[in-house]
Amino acid sequence: MADLAELYQQTIVEHNRSPRNFKTLGHPTNHAQGDNPLCGDRIDLQIEVDGGVIKDIGFQGSGCAISQASASLMTSAVLGKSPAEAERLFRTFHDMVTGGADAPADPKTLGKLAAFAGVRQFPARVKCANLAWHTLHAALAADPAPISTE
Amino acid sequence: MTTTRQAPSRSAASGWDLARIRADFPILATTVRGKPLVYLDNGATSQKPRAVIDAVSRFYETGNANVHRGVYALSESATAAYEGARSKLRRFLNAREDREIIYVRGTTEAVNLVASSFGRLRIKAGDEILLSAMEHHSNIVPWQIQAEQTGATIKVIPMNRAGELELDQYERLLTPRTRIVAVAHISNSLGTINPIKQMAALAHSRGVPILVDGAQGAPHLVLDVQDLGCDFYTVSGHKMFGPTGIGVLYGRAEHLEAMPPYQGGGDMIRSVTFEKTTYAPLPAKFEAGTPDIAGVVGLGAAVDYLVGLDRAAALHHEHDLLAYATTRLATVPGLTIVGTARDKASVVSFVLNGVHAHDVGTIVDQSGVAIRTGHHCTQPVMEFFGVPATARASFAFYNTRDEVDVLVEALQGVRKVFG
Repeated sequence: MADLAELYQQTIVEHNRSPRNFKTLGHPTNHAQGDNPLCGDRIDLQIEVDGGVIKDIGFQGSGCAISQASASLMTSAVLGKSPAEAERLFRTFHDMVTGGADAPADPKTLGKLAAFAGVRQFPARVKCANLAWHTLHAALAADPAPISTE
Repeated sequence: MTTTRQAPSRSAASGWDLARIRADFPILATTVRGKPLVYLDNGATSQKPRAVIDAVSRFYETGNANVHRGVYALSESATAAYEGARSKLRRFLNAREDREIIYVRGTTEAVNLVASSFGRLRIKAGDEILLSAMEHHSNIVPWQIQAEQTGATIKVIPMNRAGELELDQYERLLTPRTRIVAVAHISNSLGTINPIKQMAALAHSRGVPILVDGAQGAPHLVLDVQDLGCDFYTVSGHKMFGPTGIGVLYGRAEHLEAMPPYQGGGDMIRSVTFEKTTYAPLPAKFEAGTPDIAGVVGLGAAVDYLVGLDRAAALHHEHDLLAYATTRLATVPGLTIVGTARDKASVVSFVLNGVHAHDVGTIVDQSGVAIRTGHHCTQPVMEFFGVPATARASFAFYNTRDEVDVLVEALQGVRKVFG
Protein backbone atom coordinates (compact mmCIF):
# COMPACT_ATOMS: atom_id res chain seq x y z
CA MET A 1 0.00 0.00 0.00
CA ALA A 2 3.10 2.26 -0.19
CA ASP A 3 2.02 3.61 -3.56
CA LEU A 4 -1.45 4.39 -2.28
CA ALA A 5 -0.04 6.42 0.59
CA GLU A 6 1.93 8.39 -2.02
CA LEU A 7 -1.26 9.13 -3.96
CA TYR A 8 -3.59 9.80 -1.07
CA GLN A 9 -1.33 12.06 0.99
CA GLN A 10 -2.86 13.36 4.19
CA THR A 11 -3.08 16.86 2.69
CA ILE A 12 -5.16 15.53 -0.21
CA VAL A 13 -7.49 13.48 1.97
CA GLU A 14 -7.96 16.46 4.27
CA HIS A 15 -8.66 18.96 1.49
CA ASN A 16 -11.11 16.52 -0.09
CA ARG A 17 -12.96 16.28 3.21
CA SER A 18 -12.93 20.04 3.88
CA PRO A 19 -12.35 21.86 0.61
CA ARG A 20 -11.17 25.49 0.84
CA ASN A 21 -12.84 28.21 -1.24
CA PHE A 22 -15.83 25.96 -1.92
CA LYS A 23 -18.17 28.87 -2.64
CA THR A 24 -19.70 31.10 -5.30
CA LEU A 25 -18.53 34.70 -5.72
CA GLY A 26 -20.69 37.82 -5.66
CA HIS A 27 -18.86 39.58 -8.48
CA PRO A 28 -16.81 37.15 -10.56
CA THR A 29 -14.91 38.62 -13.51
CA ASN A 30 -13.95 35.25 -14.96
CA HIS A 31 -15.46 31.81 -14.82
CA ALA A 32 -15.17 28.42 -16.50
CA GLN A 33 -16.58 24.95 -16.19
CA GLY A 34 -14.41 21.84 -16.41
CA ASP A 35 -15.54 18.26 -16.94
CA ASN A 36 -13.90 14.88 -17.12
CA PRO A 37 -16.73 13.23 -19.08
CA LEU A 38 -15.39 9.71 -18.59
CA CYS A 39 -15.12 10.11 -14.80
CA GLY A 40 -17.92 12.53 -14.06
CA ASP A 41 -15.53 14.93 -12.29
CA ARG A 42 -16.82 18.47 -12.51
CA ILE A 43 -15.47 21.86 -11.45
CA ASP A 44 -17.24 25.22 -11.72
CA LEU A 45 -14.66 27.91 -11.11
CA GLN A 46 -15.25 31.63 -10.47
CA ILE A 47 -12.52 34.26 -10.19
CA GLU A 48 -12.49 37.91 -9.35
CA VAL A 49 -9.48 39.62 -10.91
CA ASP A 50 -8.95 43.11 -9.56
CA GLY A 51 -5.91 45.37 -9.89
CA GLY A 52 -3.97 42.71 -11.79
CA VAL A 53 -4.31 40.03 -9.09
CA ILE A 54 -6.69 37.19 -8.27
CA LYS A 55 -8.57 38.92 -5.48
CA ASP A 56 -11.03 36.11 -4.86
CA ILE A 57 -11.62 32.63 -6.19
CA GLY A 58 -14.22 29.97 -5.51
CA PHE A 59 -15.23 26.60 -6.90
CA GLN A 60 -18.13 24.20 -6.78
CA GLY A 61 -17.93 20.67 -8.01
CA SER A 62 -18.10 16.99 -7.46
CA GLY A 63 -15.80 14.13 -8.25
CA CYS A 64 -12.99 12.00 -6.92
CA ALA A 65 -10.78 12.99 -4.00
CA ILE A 66 -7.90 13.90 -6.31
CA SER A 67 -9.98 16.29 -8.43
CA GLN A 68 -11.66 18.02 -5.50
CA ALA A 69 -8.51 18.30 -3.36
CA SER A 70 -6.66 19.66 -6.37
CA ALA A 71 -9.30 22.38 -6.84
CA SER A 72 -9.13 23.23 -3.15
CA LEU A 73 -5.33 23.44 -3.04
CA MET A 74 -5.17 25.28 -6.36
CA THR A 75 -7.59 27.99 -5.30
CA SER A 76 -5.56 28.48 -2.10
CA ALA A 77 -2.30 28.62 -4.07
CA VAL A 78 -3.32 31.19 -6.68
CA LEU A 79 -5.24 33.54 -4.40
CA GLY A 80 -3.44 36.92 -4.41
CA LYS A 81 -1.27 36.02 -7.42
CA SER A 82 -1.37 37.67 -10.82
CA PRO A 83 -2.90 35.66 -13.67
CA ALA A 84 0.60 35.33 -15.19
CA GLU A 85 1.97 33.90 -11.94
CA ALA A 86 -0.97 31.50 -11.74
CA GLU A 87 -0.27 30.33 -15.30
CA ARG A 88 3.40 29.72 -14.42
CA LEU A 89 2.33 27.69 -11.39
CA PHE A 90 0.01 25.66 -13.67
CA ARG A 91 3.01 24.82 -15.90
CA THR A 92 5.12 23.74 -12.93
CA PHE A 93 2.28 21.65 -11.50
CA HIS A 94 1.51 20.13 -14.88
CA ASP A 95 5.17 19.17 -15.37
CA MET A 96 5.24 17.53 -11.95
CA VAL A 97 2.18 15.32 -12.42
CA THR A 98 2.92 14.36 -16.04
CA GLY A 99 6.69 14.14 -15.81
CA GLY A 100 7.05 10.44 -15.06
CA ALA A 101 8.21 8.85 -11.85
CA ASP A 102 11.45 10.85 -11.44
CA ALA A 103 10.20 14.32 -12.42
CA PRO A 104 11.33 16.90 -9.86
CA ALA A 105 8.71 18.24 -7.46
CA ASP A 106 10.16 21.56 -6.38
CA PRO A 107 8.64 22.12 -2.92
CA LYS A 108 9.82 25.75 -2.88
CA THR A 109 7.71 26.73 -5.90
CA LEU A 110 4.87 24.29 -5.31
CA GLY A 111 4.41 24.40 -1.56
CA LYS A 112 1.48 22.22 -0.54
CA LEU A 113 0.84 21.40 -4.20
CA ALA A 114 3.82 19.04 -3.99
CA ALA A 115 1.38 16.64 -2.28
CA PHE A 116 0.28 15.70 -5.81
CA ALA A 117 3.70 14.32 -6.77
CA GLY A 118 2.39 10.77 -6.16
CA VAL A 119 -0.18 11.17 -8.95
CA ARG A 120 2.50 10.61 -11.61
CA GLN A 121 2.64 6.94 -10.58
CA PHE A 122 -1.05 6.66 -11.52
CA PRO A 123 -1.36 7.73 -15.17
CA ALA A 124 -5.14 7.15 -15.14
CA ARG A 125 -5.50 9.77 -12.40
CA VAL A 126 -3.36 12.58 -13.85
CA LYS A 127 -6.38 14.16 -15.51
CA CYS A 128 -8.17 14.25 -12.15
CA ALA A 129 -5.35 16.35 -10.68
CA ASN A 130 -5.14 18.59 -13.74
CA LEU A 131 -8.84 19.32 -14.18
CA ALA A 132 -8.95 22.31 -11.83
CA TRP A 133 -5.85 23.81 -13.43
CA HIS A 134 -7.16 23.45 -16.98
CA THR A 135 -10.36 25.09 -15.80
CA LEU A 136 -8.37 27.94 -14.26
CA HIS A 137 -6.46 28.34 -17.51
CA ALA A 138 -9.74 28.52 -19.45
CA ALA A 139 -11.25 31.00 -17.00
CA LEU A 140 -8.25 33.31 -17.20
CA ALA A 141 -8.27 33.06 -20.99
CA ALA A 142 -11.95 34.06 -20.78
CA ASP A 143 -12.86 31.13 -23.01
CA PRO A 144 -16.55 30.52 -22.41
CA ALA A 145 -16.59 26.99 -23.90
CA PRO A 146 -16.66 24.21 -21.27
CA ILE A 147 -13.29 22.51 -21.15
CA SER A 148 -12.47 18.85 -20.87
CA THR A 149 -9.25 17.05 -20.10
CA GLU A 150 -10.22 13.95 -22.08
CA MET B 1 3.57 -14.76 -14.89
CA THR B 2 2.26 -17.23 -12.36
CA THR B 3 -0.32 -17.29 -9.66
CA THR B 4 -0.06 -18.48 -6.12
CA ARG B 5 -3.80 -18.65 -5.60
CA GLN B 6 -5.41 -21.99 -6.27
CA ALA B 7 -8.90 -21.74 -7.63
CA PRO B 8 -11.36 -23.88 -5.74
CA SER B 9 -12.12 -26.97 -7.73
CA ARG B 10 -15.86 -26.83 -7.13
CA SER B 11 -18.36 -24.04 -6.87
CA ALA B 12 -21.30 -23.97 -4.51
CA ALA B 13 -23.31 -24.81 -7.60
CA SER B 14 -23.11 -28.54 -8.04
CA GLY B 15 -21.79 -29.83 -11.32
CA TRP B 16 -19.79 -26.70 -12.09
CA ASP B 17 -16.09 -27.56 -12.26
CA LEU B 18 -14.58 -24.13 -11.61
CA ALA B 19 -10.94 -25.23 -11.75
CA ARG B 20 -11.45 -26.78 -15.16
CA ILE B 21 -13.36 -23.74 -16.45
CA ARG B 22 -10.73 -21.30 -15.15
CA ALA B 23 -7.99 -23.32 -16.82
CA ASP B 24 -9.68 -22.56 -20.16
CA PHE B 25 -8.90 -18.82 -19.71
CA PRO B 26 -5.12 -18.19 -19.77
CA ILE B 27 -5.36 -14.61 -18.43
CA LEU B 28 -6.97 -15.79 -15.18
CA ALA B 29 -3.63 -17.31 -14.15
CA THR B 30 -1.73 -14.02 -14.46
CA THR B 31 -0.80 -11.48 -11.79
CA VAL B 32 -1.31 -7.72 -11.51
CA ARG B 33 0.94 -5.63 -9.24
CA GLY B 34 2.27 -8.91 -7.87
CA LYS B 35 -1.22 -10.15 -6.94
CA PRO B 36 -3.37 -12.73 -8.73
CA LEU B 37 -5.67 -10.98 -11.18
CA VAL B 38 -9.21 -10.73 -9.82
CA TYR B 39 -11.13 -9.80 -12.93
CA LEU B 40 -14.56 -8.44 -12.03
CA ASP B 41 -15.16 -6.20 -15.05
CA ASN B 42 -16.91 -8.71 -17.28
CA GLY B 43 -19.67 -6.23 -18.04
CA ALA B 44 -17.09 -4.11 -19.88
CA THR B 45 -15.50 -7.04 -21.67
CA SER B 46 -15.11 -10.72 -20.91
CA GLN B 47 -11.90 -12.72 -20.98
CA LYS B 48 -11.24 -15.17 -23.83
CA PRO B 49 -10.92 -18.93 -23.59
CA ARG B 50 -7.95 -20.65 -25.20
CA ALA B 51 -10.29 -22.05 -27.86
CA VAL B 52 -11.12 -18.54 -29.13
CA ILE B 53 -7.52 -17.31 -29.01
CA ASP B 54 -6.37 -20.41 -30.89
CA ALA B 55 -9.14 -20.17 -33.49
CA VAL B 56 -8.11 -16.60 -34.39
CA SER B 57 -4.40 -17.50 -34.50
CA ARG B 58 -5.08 -20.64 -36.52
CA PHE B 59 -7.14 -18.70 -39.02
CA TYR B 60 -4.30 -16.24 -39.64
CA GLU B 61 -1.69 -19.00 -39.70
CA THR B 62 -3.42 -21.42 -42.03
CA GLY B 63 -6.81 -20.13 -43.19
CA ASN B 64 -6.50 -16.46 -44.14
CA ALA B 65 -8.04 -15.28 -47.42
CA ASN B 66 -10.78 -12.83 -48.31
CA VAL B 67 -14.32 -14.17 -48.43
CA HIS B 68 -16.89 -14.35 -51.24
CA ARG B 69 -14.24 -13.50 -53.84
CA GLY B 70 -11.58 -15.98 -54.86
CA VAL B 71 -12.21 -19.15 -56.79
CA TYR B 72 -9.19 -20.74 -55.12
CA ALA B 73 -9.29 -23.26 -52.30
CA LEU B 74 -8.10 -20.96 -49.51
CA SER B 75 -10.79 -18.36 -50.24
CA GLU B 76 -13.41 -21.08 -50.40
CA SER B 77 -12.40 -22.42 -46.98
CA ALA B 78 -12.32 -18.89 -45.49
CA THR B 79 -15.82 -18.31 -46.88
CA ALA B 80 -16.99 -21.62 -45.46
CA ALA B 81 -15.62 -20.69 -42.02
CA TYR B 82 -17.23 -17.25 -42.22
CA GLU B 83 -20.63 -18.59 -43.27
CA GLY B 84 -20.33 -21.58 -40.96
CA ALA B 85 -20.03 -19.21 -38.01
CA ARG B 86 -23.23 -17.50 -39.19
CA SER B 87 -25.08 -20.80 -38.88
CA LYS B 88 -23.65 -21.29 -35.39
CA LEU B 89 -24.88 -17.84 -34.38
CA ARG B 90 -28.29 -18.52 -35.91
CA ARG B 91 -28.59 -21.64 -33.75
CA PHE B 92 -27.17 -19.79 -30.71
CA LEU B 93 -29.90 -17.15 -31.01
CA ASN B 94 -32.46 -19.58 -32.43
CA ALA B 95 -33.17 -17.34 -35.41
CA ARG B 96 -35.17 -18.88 -38.26
CA GLU B 97 -32.68 -18.31 -41.04
CA ASP B 98 -28.96 -17.64 -41.46
CA ARG B 99 -29.70 -14.50 -43.48
CA GLU B 100 -31.22 -12.93 -40.37
CA ILE B 101 -27.72 -12.84 -38.83
CA ILE B 102 -25.82 -9.68 -39.86
CA TYR B 103 -22.18 -9.28 -38.85
CA VAL B 104 -21.41 -5.89 -37.33
CA ARG B 105 -18.67 -4.49 -35.08
CA GLY B 106 -20.80 -4.86 -31.98
CA THR B 107 -23.98 -3.68 -30.33
CA THR B 108 -23.16 -0.01 -30.93
CA GLU B 109 -22.96 -0.54 -34.68
CA ALA B 110 -26.02 -2.80 -34.63
CA VAL B 111 -28.17 -0.11 -32.97
CA ASN B 112 -26.79 2.55 -35.30
CA LEU B 113 -27.65 0.34 -38.27
CA VAL B 114 -31.25 -0.12 -37.19
CA ALA B 115 -31.72 3.50 -36.06
CA SER B 116 -30.40 4.76 -39.38
CA SER B 117 -31.88 2.23 -41.79
CA PHE B 118 -35.17 1.34 -40.10
CA GLY B 119 -35.40 5.03 -39.18
CA ARG B 120 -35.17 6.13 -42.80
CA LEU B 121 -37.82 3.57 -43.72
CA ARG B 122 -40.36 4.12 -40.96
CA ILE B 123 -39.68 7.13 -38.73
CA LYS B 124 -41.16 10.50 -39.69
CA ALA B 125 -41.68 13.88 -38.03
CA GLY B 126 -44.02 13.59 -35.04
CA ASP B 127 -43.36 9.87 -34.58
CA GLU B 128 -42.17 8.47 -31.26
CA ILE B 129 -39.21 6.27 -30.37
CA LEU B 130 -39.68 4.52 -27.03
CA LEU B 131 -36.54 3.83 -24.95
CA SER B 132 -36.09 2.92 -21.30
CA ALA B 133 -34.59 4.90 -18.41
CA MET B 134 -31.79 2.35 -17.96
CA GLU B 135 -30.39 2.34 -21.51
CA HIS B 136 -26.68 2.44 -22.28
CA HIS B 137 -25.67 5.55 -24.25
CA SER B 138 -25.30 3.31 -27.31
CA ASN B 139 -29.05 2.65 -27.21
CA ILE B 140 -29.88 6.34 -26.71
CA VAL B 141 -27.60 8.44 -28.90
CA PRO B 142 -28.24 6.68 -32.27
CA TRP B 143 -31.98 7.24 -31.73
CA GLN B 144 -31.43 10.88 -30.78
CA ILE B 145 -29.47 11.40 -33.99
CA GLN B 146 -32.34 9.82 -35.91
CA ALA B 147 -34.92 11.89 -34.03
CA GLU B 148 -33.03 15.11 -34.80
CA GLN B 149 -32.93 14.26 -38.49
CA THR B 150 -36.58 13.29 -38.78
CA GLY B 151 -38.28 15.45 -36.18
CA ALA B 152 -39.36 12.40 -34.18
CA THR B 153 -39.57 12.44 -30.36
CA ILE B 154 -37.81 10.24 -27.80
CA LYS B 155 -40.04 8.85 -25.03
CA VAL B 156 -38.65 7.10 -21.96
CA ILE B 157 -40.10 4.19 -19.96
CA PRO B 158 -39.49 5.12 -16.29
CA MET B 159 -38.11 2.79 -13.61
CA ASN B 160 -38.62 2.45 -9.88
CA ARG B 161 -36.00 2.86 -7.14
CA ALA B 162 -35.06 -0.81 -7.37
CA GLY B 163 -34.15 -0.32 -11.02
CA GLU B 164 -37.15 -2.13 -12.53
CA LEU B 165 -39.09 -0.74 -15.49
CA GLU B 166 -42.62 0.42 -14.74
CA LEU B 167 -44.64 -1.71 -17.10
CA ASP B 168 -47.95 0.09 -16.56
CA GLN B 169 -46.20 3.28 -17.69
CA TYR B 170 -44.71 1.37 -20.60
CA GLU B 171 -48.16 0.35 -21.73
CA ARG B 172 -49.34 3.96 -21.58
CA LEU B 173 -46.32 5.17 -23.52
CA LEU B 174 -47.08 2.83 -26.43
CA THR B 175 -49.13 5.18 -28.60
CA PRO B 176 -50.32 5.14 -32.21
CA ARG B 177 -47.24 7.29 -32.97
CA THR B 178 -44.73 4.81 -31.51
CA ARG B 179 -42.59 3.43 -34.34
CA ILE B 180 -40.13 1.30 -32.37
CA VAL B 181 -39.29 0.22 -28.82
CA ALA B 182 -35.57 -0.15 -27.96
CA VAL B 183 -34.68 -1.65 -24.60
CA ALA B 184 -31.80 -3.47 -22.90
CA HIS B 185 -32.17 -7.16 -22.13
CA ILE B 186 -29.96 -6.69 -19.06
CA SER B 187 -28.95 -3.29 -17.67
CA ASN B 188 -25.15 -2.96 -17.71
CA SER B 189 -25.07 -0.64 -14.71
CA LEU B 190 -27.87 -2.12 -12.57
CA GLY B 191 -27.97 -5.77 -13.56
CA THR B 192 -31.75 -5.70 -14.03
CA ILE B 193 -33.09 -8.40 -16.36
CA ASN B 194 -36.01 -6.84 -18.20
CA PRO B 195 -39.15 -8.88 -18.98
CA ILE B 196 -38.53 -8.80 -22.71
CA LYS B 197 -41.04 -11.47 -23.67
CA GLN B 198 -43.84 -9.55 -21.98
CA MET B 199 -42.63 -6.23 -23.37
CA ALA B 200 -42.37 -7.62 -26.90
CA ALA B 201 -45.87 -9.05 -26.73
CA LEU B 202 -47.24 -5.72 -25.56
CA ALA B 203 -45.41 -3.83 -28.33
CA HIS B 204 -46.65 -6.29 -30.95
CA SER B 205 -50.22 -6.00 -29.71
CA ARG B 206 -49.94 -2.35 -30.84
CA GLY B 207 -48.12 -3.25 -34.05
CA VAL B 208 -44.80 -1.83 -32.83
CA PRO B 209 -41.50 -3.66 -33.41
CA ILE B 210 -38.96 -4.00 -30.58
CA LEU B 211 -35.16 -3.90 -30.60
CA VAL B 212 -33.40 -5.61 -27.70
CA ASP B 213 -29.88 -4.52 -26.75
CA GLY B 214 -28.41 -7.91 -25.91
CA ALA B 215 -24.86 -6.78 -25.12
CA GLN B 216 -25.26 -7.99 -21.52
CA GLY B 217 -27.86 -10.64 -22.29
CA ALA B 218 -25.78 -12.90 -24.53
CA PRO B 219 -23.00 -13.62 -21.98
CA HIS B 220 -25.45 -14.69 -19.25
CA LEU B 221 -28.68 -16.06 -20.71
CA VAL B 222 -29.66 -18.88 -23.02
CA LEU B 223 -31.21 -16.99 -25.92
CA ASP B 224 -34.15 -17.68 -28.16
CA VAL B 225 -35.12 -14.65 -30.24
CA GLN B 226 -38.28 -16.37 -31.47
CA ASP B 227 -39.45 -17.16 -27.97
CA LEU B 228 -38.57 -13.62 -26.79
CA GLY B 229 -40.51 -12.32 -29.77
CA CYS B 230 -38.06 -9.51 -30.51
CA ASP B 231 -37.69 -7.99 -33.97
CA PHE B 232 -34.01 -7.08 -33.52
CA TYR B 233 -31.43 -8.43 -31.08
CA THR B 234 -27.90 -7.06 -30.82
CA VAL B 235 -24.79 -8.91 -29.65
CA SER B 236 -21.23 -7.80 -28.86
CA GLY B 237 -18.81 -10.69 -29.38
CA HIS B 238 -16.23 -9.42 -26.90
CA LYS B 239 -18.72 -9.49 -24.01
CA MET B 240 -19.54 -13.15 -24.71
CA PHE B 241 -15.96 -14.49 -24.61
CA GLY B 242 -15.25 -13.73 -28.29
CA PRO B 243 -12.89 -11.22 -29.92
CA THR B 244 -13.33 -7.43 -29.87
CA GLY B 245 -14.60 -5.69 -32.98
CA ILE B 246 -17.18 -8.27 -34.01
CA GLY B 247 -20.83 -8.67 -33.14
CA VAL B 248 -24.18 -9.57 -34.57
CA LEU B 249 -27.41 -7.88 -35.44
CA TYR B 250 -30.29 -10.34 -35.55
CA GLY B 251 -33.25 -8.96 -37.44
CA ARG B 252 -36.45 -10.56 -38.63
CA ALA B 253 -36.05 -11.11 -42.37
CA GLU B 254 -39.19 -9.15 -43.24
CA HIS B 255 -37.72 -6.02 -41.58
CA LEU B 256 -34.21 -6.46 -42.96
CA GLU B 257 -35.55 -7.00 -46.47
CA ALA B 258 -37.57 -3.80 -46.38
CA MET B 259 -34.78 -1.71 -44.86
CA PRO B 260 -32.36 0.28 -47.08
CA PRO B 261 -28.61 -0.42 -46.89
CA TYR B 262 -26.69 1.18 -44.02
CA GLN B 263 -23.28 1.42 -45.70
CA GLY B 264 -22.41 1.14 -49.38
CA GLY B 265 -19.40 -0.63 -50.80
CA GLY B 266 -18.10 -3.90 -52.09
CA ASP B 267 -19.83 -7.19 -51.24
CA MET B 268 -23.25 -5.56 -50.69
CA ILE B 269 -24.15 -5.09 -54.34
CA ARG B 270 -25.61 -7.18 -57.10
CA SER B 271 -24.54 -4.89 -59.94
CA VAL B 272 -23.14 -1.38 -60.16
CA THR B 273 -23.25 1.20 -62.94
CA PHE B 274 -22.87 4.94 -62.48
CA GLU B 275 -26.57 5.27 -63.14
CA LYS B 276 -27.97 2.55 -60.91
CA THR B 277 -26.86 0.01 -58.33
CA THR B 278 -28.89 -2.98 -57.27
CA TYR B 279 -28.21 -4.46 -53.90
CA ALA B 280 -27.30 -7.97 -52.86
CA PRO B 281 -29.86 -10.03 -50.95
CA LEU B 282 -29.57 -10.59 -47.18
CA PRO B 283 -27.29 -10.78 -45.33
CA ALA B 284 -24.74 -9.29 -47.78
CA LYS B 285 -26.84 -6.14 -48.24
CA PHE B 286 -25.75 -5.05 -44.76
CA GLU B 287 -22.14 -6.26 -44.92
CA ALA B 288 -20.31 -3.74 -47.10
CA GLY B 289 -16.56 -4.11 -47.43
CA THR B 290 -14.18 -6.81 -46.27
CA PRO B 291 -15.51 -7.91 -42.88
CA ASP B 292 -13.59 -8.89 -39.73
CA ILE B 293 -13.20 -12.47 -40.93
CA ALA B 294 -10.85 -13.59 -38.17
CA GLY B 295 -13.20 -11.97 -35.65
CA VAL B 296 -16.11 -13.96 -37.07
CA VAL B 297 -14.08 -17.16 -36.81
CA GLY B 298 -13.23 -16.27 -33.18
CA LEU B 299 -16.87 -15.49 -32.42
CA GLY B 300 -17.87 -18.85 -33.90
CA ALA B 301 -15.35 -20.50 -31.55
CA ALA B 302 -16.85 -18.56 -28.61
CA VAL B 303 -20.29 -19.88 -29.53
CA ASP B 304 -18.90 -23.43 -29.71
CA TYR B 305 -17.33 -22.92 -26.30
CA LEU B 306 -20.55 -21.61 -24.73
CA VAL B 307 -22.71 -24.30 -26.31
CA GLY B 308 -20.28 -26.90 -24.95
CA LEU B 309 -20.84 -25.69 -21.38
CA ASP B 310 -23.61 -26.70 -19.04
CA ARG B 311 -25.31 -23.31 -19.35
CA ALA B 312 -27.80 -24.01 -16.57
CA ALA B 313 -24.95 -24.81 -14.17
CA ALA B 314 -23.05 -21.71 -15.34
CA LEU B 315 -26.07 -19.52 -14.64
CA HIS B 316 -26.62 -21.20 -11.29
CA HIS B 317 -23.00 -20.46 -10.37
CA GLU B 318 -23.41 -16.81 -11.44
CA HIS B 319 -26.51 -16.51 -9.29
CA ASP B 320 -24.59 -17.96 -6.37
CA LEU B 321 -21.85 -15.35 -6.89
CA LEU B 322 -24.45 -12.59 -7.08
CA ALA B 323 -26.10 -13.68 -3.83
CA TYR B 324 -22.75 -14.14 -2.09
CA ALA B 325 -21.39 -10.77 -3.29
CA THR B 326 -24.61 -8.99 -2.32
CA THR B 327 -24.42 -10.43 1.21
CA ARG B 328 -20.68 -9.85 1.65
CA LEU B 329 -20.71 -6.30 0.26
CA ALA B 330 -23.51 -5.40 2.67
CA THR B 331 -21.00 -5.95 5.51
CA VAL B 332 -18.77 -3.11 4.26
CA PRO B 333 -19.53 0.01 6.35
CA GLY B 334 -21.15 2.81 4.36
CA LEU B 335 -21.73 0.70 1.25
CA THR B 336 -25.00 0.96 -0.67
CA ILE B 337 -25.91 -1.28 -3.59
CA VAL B 338 -27.47 0.56 -6.55
CA GLY B 339 -29.84 -1.69 -8.49
CA THR B 340 -31.86 -4.13 -6.43
CA ALA B 341 -34.27 -5.58 -8.98
CA ARG B 342 -35.86 -8.94 -8.17
CA ASP B 343 -34.65 -10.38 -11.46
CA LYS B 344 -30.94 -9.60 -11.72
CA ALA B 345 -27.87 -10.82 -13.56
CA SER B 346 -24.50 -11.12 -11.77
CA VAL B 347 -23.79 -7.38 -11.71
CA VAL B 348 -23.40 -5.40 -8.48
CA SER B 349 -23.12 -1.60 -8.64
CA PHE B 350 -22.37 0.16 -5.39
CA VAL B 351 -21.37 3.44 -3.81
CA LEU B 352 -19.32 4.00 -0.67
CA ASN B 353 -20.47 6.83 1.53
CA GLY B 354 -18.15 9.85 1.12
CA VAL B 355 -15.77 8.18 -1.32
CA HIS B 356 -15.90 8.67 -5.08
CA ALA B 357 -15.99 5.52 -7.20
CA HIS B 358 -12.70 6.39 -8.93
CA ASP B 359 -10.86 6.45 -5.65
CA VAL B 360 -12.43 3.07 -4.84
CA GLY B 361 -11.26 1.71 -8.21
CA THR B 362 -7.69 2.91 -7.76
CA ILE B 363 -7.47 1.49 -4.23
CA VAL B 364 -8.84 -1.99 -5.01
CA ASP B 365 -6.58 -2.15 -8.09
CA GLN B 366 -3.66 -2.28 -5.64
CA SER B 367 -5.02 -5.68 -4.60
CA GLY B 368 -5.20 -6.88 -8.21
CA VAL B 369 -8.97 -6.33 -8.39
CA ALA B 370 -10.33 -4.98 -11.68
CA ILE B 371 -13.73 -3.30 -11.33
CA ARG B 372 -15.41 -0.64 -13.42
CA THR B 373 -15.89 2.79 -11.92
CA GLY B 374 -17.77 5.71 -13.40
CA HIS B 375 -21.13 6.22 -15.02
CA HIS B 376 -20.91 3.05 -17.15
CA CYS B 377 -22.17 4.98 -20.20
CA THR B 378 -25.51 5.32 -18.41
CA GLN B 379 -25.51 8.93 -17.24
CA PRO B 380 -29.34 9.07 -17.01
CA VAL B 381 -29.22 6.11 -14.59
CA MET B 382 -26.64 7.87 -12.41
CA GLU B 383 -28.79 11.00 -12.42
CA PHE B 384 -31.88 9.00 -11.46
CA PHE B 385 -30.14 7.53 -8.42
CA GLY B 386 -28.49 10.87 -7.58
CA VAL B 387 -24.93 9.57 -7.71
CA PRO B 388 -22.09 10.90 -9.91
CA ALA B 389 -20.68 7.42 -10.43
CA THR B 390 -20.73 3.91 -9.04
CA ALA B 391 -18.24 1.09 -8.66
CA ARG B 392 -19.39 -2.07 -10.41
CA ALA B 393 -18.35 -5.67 -9.96
CA SER B 394 -19.68 -7.80 -12.81
CA PHE B 395 -19.16 -11.55 -12.60
CA ALA B 396 -18.72 -14.24 -15.22
CA PHE B 397 -19.10 -17.98 -14.73
CA TYR B 398 -15.33 -18.28 -14.13
CA ASN B 399 -15.29 -16.01 -11.07
CA THR B 400 -15.11 -17.43 -7.57
CA ARG B 401 -16.38 -16.72 -4.07
CA ASP B 402 -12.72 -16.24 -3.10
CA GLU B 403 -12.52 -13.36 -5.54
CA VAL B 404 -15.56 -11.74 -3.92
CA ASP B 405 -13.67 -12.03 -0.62
CA VAL B 406 -10.60 -10.32 -2.12
CA LEU B 407 -12.82 -7.45 -3.31
CA VAL B 408 -14.47 -7.07 0.09
CA GLU B 409 -11.08 -7.13 1.83
CA ALA B 410 -9.72 -4.53 -0.62
CA LEU B 411 -12.72 -2.30 0.13
CA GLN B 412 -11.70 -2.28 3.79
CA GLY B 413 -8.51 -0.60 2.51
CA VAL B 414 -10.61 2.29 1.22
CA ARG B 415 -11.61 3.08 4.80
CA LYS B 416 -7.94 2.96 5.82
CA VAL B 417 -7.19 5.73 3.30
CA PHE B 418 -10.26 7.87 3.84
CA GLY B 419 -10.93 7.09 7.51
